[in-house]
Amino acid sequence: MAESEREAWITGLGIVSCLGEGPAAHWDGLAAGRLVVDGTTFAPYIIHPAPRIEFDRQIPKKGDQRQMEQWQRLGVYAAGLALESAGLKGDVERLARVDMIVAAGGGERDYAADAKILSGMPSAENPDIFLNQQLMSEIRPTLFLAQLSNLLAGNISIVHGVTGSSRTFMGEESSGVDAVRIALARIAAGQCEIALVGGAHNAERADTMMLYECGGFNLKAPYRALWERGPDGGFAMGSMGAFLVIENRRHALARGGRPIARLRAAVSARTRRAAAPLDTALTAMWDGIVAPVARADLAIVSGASGAEPATSEERAFLAAHDSVPVRTTAGLFGHGVEAQFAMNMAIAALVIERRQLFASVDRSGVEKPHRGAISRVVVTSVGHSRGEGMAILEAIG
Amino acid sequence: MTSFLDRAGRPRVVVTGIGIITSLGAGKAENWKRICAGESGIHQISRFPTEGLKTKIAGTVDFLAAEPFSSPELSEQLASVAAHEAVAQAKIGGRDRFPGPLFLAVAPIEVEWMQRIALARDSGANDQATYADLLRSASSGRFRDYHERFTFGSVADRLADRFGTQGSPISLSTACASGASAIQLGVEAIRRRETDAALCIGTDGSVNVETLVRFSLLSALSTQNEPASAAAKPFAKNRDGFVMAEGAGALVLESHESAQARGARILGVLEGCGEMADAFHRTRSSPDGKAIIGCIHNAIADAGVSPADIDYINPHGTGTPENDKMEFLGVSSVFGSRAQSIPTSSNKSMIGHTLSAAGAVEAAFTLLTLEHQRLPPTINYHVPDPAIPLDVVANTARDAKVFRALSNSFGFGGQNVSLVIACAPA
Repeated sequence: MAESEREAWITGLGIVSCLGEGPAAHWDGLAAGRLVVDGTTFAPYIIHPAPRIEFDRQIPKKGDQRQMEQWQRLGVYAAGLALESAGLKGDVERLARVDMIVAAGGGERDYAADAKILSGMPSAENPDIFLNQQLMSEIRPTLFLAQLSNLLAGNISIVHGVTGSSRTFMGEESSGVDAVRIALARIAAGQCEIALVGGAHNAERADTMMLYECGGFNLKAPYRALWERGPDGGFAMGSMGAFLVIENRRHALARGGRPIARLRAAVSARTRRAAAPLDTALTAMWDGIVAPVARADLAIVSGASGAEPATSEERAFLAAHDSVPVRTTAGLFGHGVEAQFAMNMAIAALVIERRQLFASVDRSGVEKPHRGAISRVVVTSVGHSRGEGMAILEAIG
Repeated sequence: MTSFLDRAGRPRVVVTGIGIITSLGAGKAENWKRICAGESGIHQISRFPTEGLKTKIAGTVDFLAAEPFSSPELSEQLASVAAHEAVAQAKIGGRDRFPGPLFLAVAPIEVEWMQRIALARDSGANDQATYADLLRSASSGRFRDYHERFTFGSVADRLADRFGTQGSPISLSTACASGASAIQLGVEAIRRRETDAALCIGTDGSVNVETLVRFSLLSALSTQNEPASAAAKPFAKNRDGFVMAEGAGALVLESHESAQARGARILGVLEGCGEMADAFHRTRSSPDGKAIIGCIHNAIADAGVSPADIDYINPHGTGTPENDKMEFLGVSSVFGSRAQSIPTSSNKSMIGHTLSAAGAVEAAFTLLTLEHQRLPPTINYHVPDPAIPLDVVANTARDAKVFRALSNSFGFGGQNVSLVIACAPA
């Protein structure tokens, strides 16, 4: 079979973040530098909250909504948008053959129950037995299923009927890159015809914020634009859901699917950052998948999250390629960790679809105005503490 | 000339290294001896007090020093023991360099009570502790190691360093099918010719009070605490739930061509993988068994054989009333009346349900079953369930001629994965 027969097209995307839902809200929001932040709920930490969402539109049963936590609702909602955009919604037979790879963390805790237990602990006669008793009485039985990593995928199967296969990757930012990488590799090898790939992240969570704060990664007030945070910067977590429908060209043509962009390549890397410069990994990926096709119509959607020193190191890498226009997104819709790569892939697909780069309000000089047509976009991912990735999308025809 | 391709023209995937650790002990030799003797690794939990809990037993692995104790710490150590054994047997790679990627099935990771309590104590909040206090402590910089230990990628990252695997390691969860999914990802990578070898591990060291309570509140666990060894009763009429357990299984997978070229001993062939998700319910299978049936059919078709070619089943066989009933429905639908005469034995009757590790641990036991031509028993099978007429290899091991086996793994969230594993080519 000719190589082009096996090429992978993005034929659907579903995105939701603080900028709103769908392509237009994101395009306009990014171009205008629309800032939606919540600096009070978790002060001094800053987050980008989810917008108001009518979940009923993608998750019709209230019972299903109740069984999920917010991260799952965001993901199931975005997955529904993606299937709708690909023209697959309700296509029972095809959905039963869609392979799913979800990048996921876990669900949030019951803060009231945790606080009650922690507060009772110091005066408990026997803290261990106190913990047993409290857990048996305080935990909601259904919370477990809202927390389990693979239950975002499980809920997508239940709500949307995607049942070809269901795999959940974990591991922060890397999971998002590897989900796309494996989906593409399977399509290219004929192991898969059509895949639903993505993830979700809920930023409005004290427990994950606590984990990242142990490592000192959260952005503290005041809010600063992404490239203006400096070495004391950090990431502002963003609530989001992002899913892509990726399918092989022949499959898309046969069903009349709408091609948005060709997914040319997706790679990941693992640098031992304590021992090796990040630049080595980024350059190797660039040389492998971007350099052979680098033309004037190339742009970069950088996944820089604001985490340091990763963001400063990526900035140096971008400076070495400063003939290529760059845009970032995390300053406006935040860092969605597992969901970030799929989200940026979707933004890159929009750039391809419109053949132009959205405007930027950046004043640091990294993101320059650009008027020329764009037909290839590189998406980067540099995990806040580990894992690097890169993908390249291009226009079809 | 030997063909190194399978029936579908893809690189044939063989196993050249196997590692196992369970509550019965570390290593293949110890585990195989004890499992064939029908010994149980299930015991009273000593890791934490069980007062006030309905279930007080588990198949914890207590003989490894995992300090400071946490689920990811123990999971990492279990994986490491199993992987060392598998890599050593395969005699593959150089010092600290495994020539392929790592696929790791691992339980989801989260900060645990010991850490929450330490953060609360550090904040001085005493009897008024909230997450705002925990966050304040977290920002002190004194708990950096928590970030490192409790990120989801931490176990795979450290294993990738230790074994020198190539590229970005993949941590995955398909709930109780995770171990089988890790093997499937390795098989697929070799079939794509991306790599000649893959290190596939399933590990689970997550028995702590909260995980126990979570399963307990879903009424999934056996509450027959005395005697612990009799609690796990797969396929028996008096089965009352599964028993949580820990362990790890590791396989070195290789392309047949690469294994033969370097003169490796071939331990078995990973002929087929199948999966199908279930859209019926978060914890229950569709009553018509559609996804389980489809999953088994897919695995057999992927192997390029027919149901008649399967002569042993290593079932999911958890011992919950629901699983065993549904698994029988699936197996009997695929194999027809032959289902009653295909020997089937649940390792979980002895080692408990090793959760994220189970698919890999049981694939490893399936390979040993084929190698030794001896079927381990399903212990605690004293009251047959007339609704499940399977040949369950009751209570004592049995010698048999078996060439090709099916290994099933099913999990919450509609996860179903089946593997078809055959003896090494003659």
